[in-house]
Amino acid sequence: MHGTLKVSIAGLSLVACLVPGYAQQKPAELKIAMTTFLSGPASVFGVPGKAAAELAIEELNAAGGINGVPIKPIFLDEGVGSDKLLSEYRRVVQEEGVKVTLASISSGNCNALAPVAEDLKVLNVMWDCGTEKLLENRRFKYVVRSQGNGTSEMVASVYKLLQVKPDFKTIAVINQDYAWGRDSWELFSTTLKALKPDVKVVAELFPKFGATDFSSEISRLQALSPDVILSTSWGGELDTLIRQAGQRGLLKNGTWILPLAESSLERVGKVLPDGVIVGMRGDHYFLHPENKDEPKHKAFVEKYRAKTKQYPIYPVYHAVAAIQSVVDGYNTAIKANGGKWPTTEQVAEAMHTITFKGLTRPVTMREDGQGLEDQMLGVTKMTPAYPFPVIESLTIYPGALVTNPVGTKSPEWVKTLKPEAMKDSRIKSF
Amino acid sequence: MNSSLLLLGLLDGITQAAVLFLVALGMTLIFGVMRILNVAHGSFYAFGGYAAASASVYLASSGESLGAALMPLLAGAVVMGLLLGAIIEFGLVRRILNMDPAMQLLATFAVFMVLEDLQRLIWGVNPVSISAAVDLMGTVKVGAVNYNAYQLLLLPAVAVVIYFGLTLSLGRTKFGRQILAVTHNREVSMAMGINAKRVGLLTFCIGAILGTLGGALAAPTTSLVPGIGGDMMVLSFAVVAVAGLGQITGTAIAAILIGMAKAFAVYLFPEVEVLVPYLIMVLVLLWRPEGLFAVAQARRV
Repeated sequence: MHGTLKVSIAGLSLVACLVPGYAQQKPAELKIAMTTFLSGPASVFGVPGKAAAELAIEELNAAGGINGVPIKPIFLDEGVGSDKLLSEYRRVVQEEGVKVTLASISSGNCNALAPVAEDLKVLNVMWDCGTEKLLENRRFKYVVRSQGNGTSEMVASVYKLLQVKPDFKTIAVINQDYAWGRDSWELFSTTLKALKPDVKVVAELFPKFGATDFSSEISRLQALSPDVILSTSWGGELDTLIRQAGQRGLLKNGTWILPLAESSLERVGKVLPDGVIVGMRGDHYFLHPENKDEPKHKAFVEKYRAKTKQYPIYPVYHAVAAIQSVVDGYNTAIKANGGKWPTTEQVAEAMHTITFKGLTRPVTMREDGQGLEDQMLGVTKMTPAYPFPVIESLTIYPGALVTNPVGTKSPEWVKTLKPEAMKDSRIKSF
Repeated sequence: MNSSLLLLGLLDGITQAAVLFLVALGMTLIFGVMRILNVAHGSFYAFGGYAAASASVYLASSGESLGAALMPLLAGAVVMGLLLGAIIEFGLVRRILNMDPAMQLLATFAVFMVLEDLQRLIWGVNPVSISAAVDLMGTVKVGAVNYNAYQLLLLPAVAVVIYFGLTLSLGRTKFGRQILAVTHNREVSMAMGINAKRVGLLTFCIGAILGTLGGALAAPTTSLVPGIGGDMMVLSFAVVAVAGLGQITGTAIAAILIGMAKAFAVYLFPEVEVLVPYLIMVLVLLWRPEGLFAVAQARRV
């Protein structure tokens, strides 16, 4: 009896090995956990991101889900802190059977969760965090990023600045005092030094994270009167900075460049004068020059506005893109698997090869898991059509042009940039 | 350091000190009378700001005139201060007066946590702002630098008026003297026929209103976001600790000192700006553990 059992098990496993891509049972539903800020200052991104994910998943499920499998989302609050988030993350993967996670907004949380996802063998799509170091320092099998990173955003910002204002002598920075504020300035200033070595940095101000008063900083910037002022701040702090600087006339002194300000436009309204260079962490904009009239995009903007009473901002686009990447990853893996439901490993493999299209330009995934997302920046302009400034004179920088090649480290790569790169024919201005 | 830098630092310091003084004054007043360090005081600041914003929206005075822009700030602060002050004094503070200071600290910290969540529940997490008052008052040019007239002139003026109003009424009015008596010795004042409970309730409400007023007056210059209460609480505690608990004039001087130190730090060593208030606090406490302006206390047997 014992012998027969052994033989049949051996036989079965032999069969399993011979059949290419052994059949995985198609599940009744696919559980996806998304980490997003539902509390704390970053909930200005997290709450819109969640709303967008809900809409996108609703739409997807109405159309039959992924190959007939509906998606069931679970949302985890990043505002509880990395430790608590980590245990929640483990719990939903190990106890609730989550197969795919979208984590996170915060780079700190991305850093904390990526190795855990790799250990748990769960597909993790980094849907919004900007840290470029994570995928540069280690090769992951199960962790990918469906969007650009700090390097591509800062390099594109410097390109746009040099296009709008090629001749300037002095620059000052006022960033939040935490990882992103510091890292983004390092990338920005190194890129700028490579392309325009004669620029002088006259002030580096890092008010504390969560600061609500920039009075002294604004006085100092007015006294120094630099040609260019950069701030990669976001959320309430960016709103406050814009408002306080605006009240005291500083926004009209020199050229401001605010690479994340697209997400604040509707809130600050006409306080922001014309001529401020504004970015959107990718090419996400409800008035995207190529995609604004595309039916899918247009319908989504309408639906999102009906649901939230607000215009979509970049995390909305990042959320939709991440979900689309998972759908395309599954479909590609299913195809490769002869139409059968794939293993997570197979999906993760496919995720490193696909090109997917969210609501704006398509993103191509690289072998290191980094998505090549095109970067768009423009200049503010008040129009009668909206009660807040729109972004005009938009330029789109292809992701491949502003992202460092696989195997290189960002701080070294940006030092090698040459001004000729800004004349590349793939850069498109509108 | 040149003279224009000195001037700018001075002016920046004054604009920051005004609000800081109001909030710290409320905290120190409450401590003086009740001997309780109210951690929830930061929430008064936050709630005052949000109440002022709500009042501005509700009274729809986005403002043609300055009066119409300032009125809701004041109304929001007073209503919210009375409401919070009365509920918290009656519901909690008077019941924990005789407890261990550590327990009192924990109890008011619990109130702070509850209020933080309540604030999120009522006003949400998106930044809120009302800037009509600042916009209407315009700017004042000092050298190459524009200052908001609201911050440079109005806020310090309010702080000065409240400082003199409070010191005068404490010394000259009947109720003010009752407050001083309770501050000096609660038991003896009660033996003299002073209703210490009533004095406690009213003082707590006045302290709360000073906190909410600080928030309401700061609201037009900033964005209201979750967490502002905690920041202000810590900062005003630094002011109160430097001054010595219960010291009104000391609080004014300490607020100006810390406001200016922060401003100069931004000019000279921006890296340490965040640390400066606490460095000052540590240095002062090492040198004078009771605070700069604390008076020698008669030993009670």
